[in-house]
Amino acid sequence: MRSTRAVEISTGLFVLLGFASLFFLVTQITNRELAISGGSYQVNAQFENVGSLKPGAAVSMAGVTIGRVDSIGYDQQIYKAVVKLRISSAYNRIPTDSDAAIMTSGLLGGQYIGITAGGAEEFLKEGDRIELVQDAFVLENLINQLFATFARGSGDASKANEPAAEETKQ
Amino acid sequence: MLQSVTAQPEVARSAATDYIVEIRDVHYSVGNRPIFSGLTMSIPRGRITAVMGPSGTGKTTLLRLVTGQIKPDRGQILFDGVDVSRLSRQELYDLRMRMGMLFQNGALLTDIDVFENVAFPLREHTDLPDSLIRNIVLTKLQAVGLRGAAQLMPSELSGGMARRVALARAMATDPEMLIYDEPFTGLDPISMGMIVRLVRQMNYALGITSIVVSHDVEELSILADTSYIIAGGKVAAAGTFVELKDHASEIVNQFMNGLADGPVPFHYPAPDYYEQLLSGKS
Amino acid sequence: MNLLRELLENLRQFIATIGATTLFLGRVLAQVPRAFLRPGLIIEQVHNAGALSLVIIMTCGLFVGAVLGLQGYDLLQRFGSEDALGTAAALALVKELGPVVTALLFAGRAGTALASEIGLMRATDQLTAMEMMAVDPIRRVVAPRFLGGVLAMPLLTVIFIAIGIFGVQVVGVQLFGVDSASFWSQMRSSVGVDDVYEGIIKGCVFGFACSLIAVYEGYTATPTAEGVGRATTRTVVTSAVLTLILDYMLTALML
Repeated sequence: MRSTRAVEISTGLFVLLGFASLFFLVTQITNRELAISGGSYQVNAQFENVGSLKPGAAVSMAGVTIGRVDSIGYDQQIYKAVVKLRISSAYNRIPTDSDAAIMTSGLLGGQYIGITAGGAEEFLKEGDRIELVQDAFVLENLINQLFATFARGSGDASKANEPAAEETKQ
Repeated sequence: MLQSVTAQPEVARSAATDYIVEIRDVHYSVGNRPIFSGLTMSIPRGRITAVMGPSGTGKTTLLRLVTGQIKPDRGQILFDGVDVSRLSRQELYDLRMRMGMLFQNGALLTDIDVFENVAFPLREHTDLPDSLIRNIVLTKLQAVGLRGAAQLMPSELSGGMARRVALARAMATDPEMLIYDEPFTGLDPISMGMIVRLVRQMNYALGITSIVVSHDVEELSILADTSYIIAGGKVAAAGTFVELKDHASEIVNQFMNGLADGPVPFHYPAPDYYEQLLSGKS
Repeated sequence: MNLLRELLENLRQFIATIGATTLFLGRVLAQVPRAFLRPGLIIEQVHNAGALSLVIIMTCGLFVGAVLGLQGYDLLQRFGSEDALGTAAALALVKELGPVVTALLFAGRAGTALASEIGLMRATDQLTAMEMMAVDPIRRVVAPRFLGGVLAMPLLTVIFIAIGIFGVQVVGVQLFGVDSASFWSQMRSSVGVDDVYEGIIKGCVFGFACSLIAVYEGYTATPTAEGVGRATTRTVVTSAVLTLILDYMLTALML
């Protein structure tokens, strides 16, 4: 008869390895850690078009992740997407006139929100709204504009180079 | 020690209680092929009964009927007055605690050693402490002369040893009846002698009823108190060995004396020899 | 005419097999609570199905991950998006390759072992001997083996995925110099916990199906050497086909 002890030990190791792997999957490769440690505050921003932005996407300033997208909803009153951003309390000095843009990381990468600091003396706090926004970059809009420009002949060619989103900038 | 079946009140007790098994007019067929058609026999309690017959007469099927593994199409099989084919699964399991069966090749569990094989029924059915189980197992192994082989794995045993271990295992729960399925097949004369001795010993020393299914006429002639010869789905002859030797029936005569031709033909049914040769067809 | 009859006969056989397997599953499940009274037997089978499959699972996981790293890098660098390697490989492993390849390996390693073990017990009268000792072989032999497989499979799946991601990382980051930080952070930002659950659910379902097929084929094997061999072959084939069909259905369900 096989030694029961050896069976128990190898089975135990197998089960431990399994749970260690599960722990690794859940903590290391997923975005669970976006449950921002410490305190956080929520601000929102209104976009004409959020593209393929998803809840959980990063909110970053100067390339550093400072928070996550909490939720994305559609407001029927204003016909715009309302994006709620949860930002770590550690970053509590974001000027109120900062600019939030939906950006794409790489050609195939996911979309995220990049915040560029403004110059105001006051800082964003819980429930504030970011006024300056830049919509998602939509390839079709750009191509349409490009065609429109060509159709107009020599027209104002430089306009085609501007991102479509620029027009919605308030 | 073990729960035993109390006879079902609604089931009729057999009239003569000195028969532990009674088979009454049993019909059984596989597909369209009848195996038994009106088989009737009685196994006396505390004796050794031999069941013989040419190959393919359903001797193993008979054992499966008696142990309730299969149900007859018609007829009754009574074990100690209880109709085996009418029992629920649990009742059948309770009943089987009172019988032991020795398979042709031993049928030992191959992943545990000899000791654990003998301990298996005890561990499954009782909560006995390890020390007690150890004592029982060693006693049973001693009885079959294999106490020294307790730590061997079944794959390390010879055919005869495996059968003796299986016997020890069948004895572990102290059954009232032991069924031997072809216990002598493929054994050397020494092992055969050992098995013969053990079957006798179990029977006489412990008063266990034994049913031995075999076609080894010689060994059975030493062992059996009563013998049945089955042929053609029925009992062809019954009685003591001496009676059978001089039996009038041709088939019994052929079987008992090992004749090559007789009611069981030497030639498998075929078209006429010369006609087939001359016709050129296969 | 003959062909049609044969076809109908095959169809009838197919339906009968599905019915028989379902009834068998019922018998096994009915014995599961009693099987849990003997956890030692189940642990032994988790050992047989899981711990003994560990080496092959880990080796294959590493190499599947490494190949994914090579192909993924080659593909993504054409678009200048090699940073997305972590995301692409992790999603592929977690959602598809992990559970499916683990199930195929599981069927080949543990499934065949189960089928041939039970089939041999059938062929050598061990199961009948148990019946004669008033021990239900479904409870004593089949249920613990089935449960062992069902428990081991999800664990094997997550181990495969974890090792696979390690393999991707070795090739992508160590060999091709994909930036380690963006490799991990991109993976983290696009792989959700839901994706991991999807993989684990698939692992559980495949484990259930493959274990059931293995014990069924073994238990119903023709009690001869040839019969056991055929049962083993059928176990692998049926498990593989069923795994892929179930995979499509589960993916469609959870996408």
